Amino acid sequence: MRNELRIEQATLGYGMEPVLRDVNLSVQPGEILAIVGPNGVGKSTLVKGACGSLPLLDGEVLIGDQNLSELKPNRRACMVSVVSQAVNLPPAFYALDVVLMGRTPYLGWLEQESDRDRQIALEAMARTETIDLAARPIGELSGGEQQRVLIARALTQLTPVMLLDEPTAHLDLRHQDNLLKLVRELALVDNLAVMITLHDLNLVARFADRVALLSNGRVRKIGAPDEVLTPDELADVYGIRIHVMSHPLDGKPLVLSG
Amino acid sequence: MGDSSANALSESMKLQSARRYSPWVWSGSALVVMLFVSVAVGPVTIPLPDLVRMLLDLLPGLQLEADWSRTFATIVYQIRLPNTVLMALAGMALGGSGAAYQGLFRNPLADPYIIGVASGAGLGAVLAMAANWPVSLLGMATVPLAAFIAALITVGVVYSIARVGRSTPVTTLILAGVAVSSFATAMTSLIMLLSTDELHRAVNWMVGGFALGGWEPVLASLPYLLIGLTVLALLGRHLNVLQFGDEQARQMGLDVERSKLIIVVAASLVAATAVAFSGIIAFVGLIVPHVVRLLWGPDYRRTLPLAILVGGSFLLAADVVARVILAPRELPVGVITAVVGAPFFLWLLYRTKWRVRIW
Repeated sequence: MRNELRIEQATLGYGMEPVLRDVNLSVQPGEILAIVGPNGVGKSTLVKGACGSLPLLDGEVLIGDQNLSELKPNRRACMVSVVSQAVNLPPAFYALDVVLMGRTPYLGWLEQESDRDRQIALEAMARTETIDLAARPIGELSGGEQQRVLIARALTQLTPVMLLDEPTAHLDLRHQDNLLKLVRELALVDNLAVMITLHDLNLVARFADRVALLSNGRVRKIGAPDEVLTPDELADVYGIRIHVMSHPLDGKPLVLSG
Repeated sequence: MGDSSANALSESMKLQSARRYSPWVWSGSALVVMLFVSVAVGPVTIPLPDLVRMLLDLLPGLQLEADWSRTFATIVYQIRLPNTVLMALAGMALGGSGAAYQGLFRNPLADPYIIGVASGAGLGAVLAMAANWPVSLLGMATVPLAAFIAALITVGVVYSIARVGRSTPVTTLILAGVAVSSFATAMTSLIMLLSTDELHRAVNWMVGGFALGGWEPVLASLPYLLIGLTVLALLGRHLNVLQFGDEQARQMGLDVERSKLIIVVAASLVAATAVAFSGIIAFVGLIVPHVVRLLWGPDYRRTLPLAILVGGSFLLAADVVARVILAPRELPVGVITAVVGAPFFLWLLYRTKWRVRIW
């Protein structure tokens, strides 16, 4: 079974107030789809809708042939994991215990974690290079380390689809780079379908296979980075003058404002 | 993983497993010691050798020669032991429900007394008592039920008032708790004033003294407490996940609404039962979980059962102090817990003000 993520004719929003309409997109296993657009356009809303934590106002989210809205919360969390921004984490929990919480969907109502669950958590921490941090409280970790712990937690859910919401928001250049390289590698090795929201368009150009540009409550354009990240589209969406050059080393789009 | 990281990990694992058992040993033995002290201490002191033999005699299969005095037997079996067990159960219920409320509201100042659940339960209990007084064993079993329903209503009202968006800030929670609790207390007083003389005995009861003695209240409260405390002790894992907020908890596959509902029902059930049989005892549910967290960390898989154990010994200790400090007069235990608890509460509030995180 091909576990691609498909969002079909979806309307997303809160209460009766739609934020995004007519959303149609798909992410193939092994592929990274970046979601970009101005603040408040609905990128986080799209993530919440795609993981099923926010019920759709209309339309469907499918993973393989499973309709997400028909699944119970624990079954959903076996299909799609979410890496949110590492803010407001309860600081005193040990990193290992945080990662172990990714096993929640596999545990019965009163069941406690087994050694196998612990093993899966430790493997995920080894892959995200957080295993040295296992016995430290997450509040003591740096932003980049916390973010990698959250990725390990998502990996522990063993899902075919992973969503990341602004994972690089508070990171410096090096940590942004390392984190996205890690995501790239996980997508390739685990054949994960990855959807990621990002603000930095240059990171998008380097790491995403395809880009969806959101504007005015709709998906304005989907395609390869050099098709979507054009001066005309971006100037229109962000309302400022944009120059797009070609990166001197790899020729990928380089987006500059002003 | 590299050799050094593997070593570091196995070291820290060893450290964790050493830490794993000692809290249970400490809190368990503290509870046993306090049970003995509480039964032994009083106007007549029971000598320890006699007491040990008298308690051993209760164990099935052990038949000891009853060489202790008849007076001791009456004091221990009919008065002190049931009172002690009831007091320990109340402390366990308050400690466990305090930890559960704090985790549920993600608020360090939540406690059955502060959020008004205790007063609400007291109102329910007095209503039930006013309806059928004097209390029979069957009638007695309806008192915690009424207290439980009133407690659930109270927690619902306080939570919906205190909630701002998706969080329950400290200030609104305390304000809503104070207001709802004052209202419930006023209604309780009103019912007592309007009722028959006999219900006045309930006044003593409601401030933490025991107007009723014997084993009947223990038997009547036991089923509620066993169910409620067992559920709470096993749901620590859910509370851990809830500490990341509803959104993330949902994304981790927790059925957030169901988990919260079961936790709030179990916590309110045990808190209401404690109130129905031991009166309103303030601050136990606040102090105990904090002490447990400070000593043994924030993991609710341990915090909850440990708060239950420590709650029992804490309330027994407070009760022993209440009985000896002005002997031969006995103070209501609520006076002691309030004298200790109110400054502790203010200290917590002070720390929260400066955003020092203790959990």
